[in-house]
Amino acid sequence: MGVGITVEHLNAWYGTTHTLQDIDVHIPANHATALIGPSGCGKSTFVRCLNRMHETNPIARATGVVKLGDLDIYKNASAVEIRRRIGMVFQRPNPFPTMSIYDNVASGLKLNGFRDRRTLDEVVERSLKSSALWEEVKDDLKKKSGASLSGGQQQRLCIARALAVDPEVLLMDEPASALDPVSTSKIEDLIFQLKSQYTIVIVTHNMQQAARVAENTGFFLNGKMVEFDSTHKIFTNPRDKRTEDYITGRFG
Amino acid sequence: MSTKPTTTPPEFRKPTDFNTRRMRFDQLRRTVVNQVIGGLAVLSTIVVITPLLLILGYLIYKGASSLNFAFFTQIPKPVGEDGGGMANSIVGSGVILALASLMGIPIGIAAGVYLAEFGRGKALATAVGFTADVLNGVPSIVMGIAIYALIVKPQQHFSAFAGGVALAIMMVPTITRTTESMLATVPHAIREAALGLGVPKWRTAISVSLRTASPGIITGCMLAFARVAGETAPLLFTAFGNQYWSVNLMQPIAALPLQIYIYATGPYDEWHRLAWAGSLVLIVLIMVSVTLVRVFANRGQLKGGS
Repeated sequence: MGVGITVEHLNAWYGTTHTLQDIDVHIPANHATALIGPSGCGKSTFVRCLNRMHETNPIARATGVVKLGDLDIYKNASAVEIRRRIGMVFQRPNPFPTMSIYDNVASGLKLNGFRDRRTLDEVVERSLKSSALWEEVKDDLKKKSGASLSGGQQQRLCIARALAVDPEVLLMDEPASALDPVSTSKIEDLIFQLKSQYTIVIVTHNMQQAARVAENTGFFLNGKMVEFDSTHKIFTNPRDKRTEDYITGRFG
Repeated sequence: MSTKPTTTPPEFRKPTDFNTRRMRFDQLRRTVVNQVIGGLAVLSTIVVITPLLLILGYLIYKGASSLNFAFFTQIPKPVGEDGGGMANSIVGSGVILALASLMGIPIGIAAGVYLAEFGRGKALATAVGFTADVLNGVPSIVMGIAIYALIVKPQQHFSAFAGGVALAIMMVPTITRTTESMLATVPHAIREAALGLGVPKWRTAISVSLRTASPGIITGCMLAFARVAGETAPLLFTAFGNQYWSVNLMQPIAALPLQIYIYATGPYDEWHRLAWAGSLVLIVLIMVSVTLVRVFANRGQLKGGS
C-alpha cells in the first residue's frame, strides 16, 4: 500500500546554486502526482530530495523536513532504508548491463543479501507482470542481458526492478521522455494501474501526459513550487498567472 | 490564424550531376584519401605485429630443438654434464607468480576502487594516485634491492616469498590505474540505479561498478601479470634462484627468467641452447595463461550485453 509524503520548508543547493526554495506540499497516498515546469526549474532535484538521492552528489545539500507517512526521512531513517521504501525510475532506462533480465529485476533483493530462490522467482515473475513485460521476456529471463531489450522494454524492466523491492512510493523522473509514442502509452497505462497500490510522483515535460495520468499536478518555476492543485484545476482554471502562461505555451 | 494548404507540389531540387569535372575530381580525391588512411592503418598493424612474430619465430627456431620430455621433468644437471631440464624453474616461476598475483591483484584493484569510487577530490586519493605513478617508474632492479633490504636482510635468507612481494609491488600500479580508468567509464546512471534501490555505496561499488568494468580490469591484471612474469632483476636479490627442487616459500626458489639469465651468460653451448628453450617456454606459458584467463572470463557472458 502507498504512503503519502509531506514536505515542509524544503531547500536544496548544488554548490552555491539555490535550486529549491522553501517547498511545502503534501503528496497524497495511492494517487499519481505530476510535476511540470520548464527545464532547470527544480523538478528533478525535488524528487531526488524525496528519496535522498540528492545527497549522493558531493556538492549537493538540502534542509527542511520530508515525511514519509509520519517518518522524518532525514532525521529518523537511513538513506539506504528510505531508498528501499521509495523507489525511483530514471529518465534514461538504466538496466545493469552485465546482469540478465532476471538478475536485473532481482538485483534490489540480491544486492541486499536476499538469497531464497523460490521467493526470488516469485518476486521476479510478479514484478515483470506488474510492469507488463512478463509476456515479452519470460523465455529469455536468464539468457539475455537487460541491455539487449528495446528502449521501451528496458524502461519497463527498470520499473519492474523498482517494484521488486516492494516500495511504498514510486518516483519517476521523466520516465517516458526517451521513448517512442507506443512505449510511452504503455508506461502511462502502467502508471494508471500501479497507482492503486503505490503512491506515484512523476516528473514530466509532457503536459498531456500529466493530464492523462495524474490526479494532482504541481507547477515548478525557478526553484519554487508556484502552484499545486488537482490536475483538472491546474489545466482549466489555474490560480497563478505564471501557471496559465506555462500551460498555454506562452513560455518555457 | 490558419495557413492555406499548399496546392502546388514543392519544387524538387534538380538531381545532382555527378559527371562534371569537379565532381569526378572530388570523387577521386575521396577515394585516394580513403585508401591512403586505410593503408596506413594496415601498415601500422603489420609494424606492431612483426616484432612479436619475429621474436616468436626466432625462439622456435633456436629453442624448439632443445625441448624434450626431460626439459619439463628434470632439474639442471651439474656443470659439464649434458641434458637436464628446467622443471624446477617452471614450477618456481608458477609459485612466485601465484604469490605475486594473490597479493598484487587484490591490493591493486582495491586501491583502484578507492580512487574511482570513494576518493574523488580527496587529498589521500591524490597521494595514492601519485604514489602509483612513481611506483610505476621505479626501475625493477631498484625494486629488487628495496625488497632485499626490507625482507631478505632481516630474515637472513633469500626466499620465494620475497620474490613474490617484489613482483606484487611491481604489479600494483598498473592494476590500480587500469581499475581506476575502467571504473571511470562505467556510466553514472548505473550507480544511481543501484543506489536508488537502497543498495549501500560499498555494495554498489563492488557488485555493480566493479562488475560492469570487469572485462577491462581483467585485461589490466593480465598486462601486469605478463609484464612481471619475465622480470629477472627483482628476483636476483629476492628469490635468488635454486639449482634444486624447492617449493618452500621461505627458501630460495628457481625461476625461469633467472635460469635463462644464468644459462645465457654461461660459457657452454649446451647452456645457450637451454636458455633459448627456456625463453620459448616462458613466452608460451605467458600466452597460454593470458588466453586461459580470457576464455574463463568470457564464459557466462549474456546475449546482447554491452
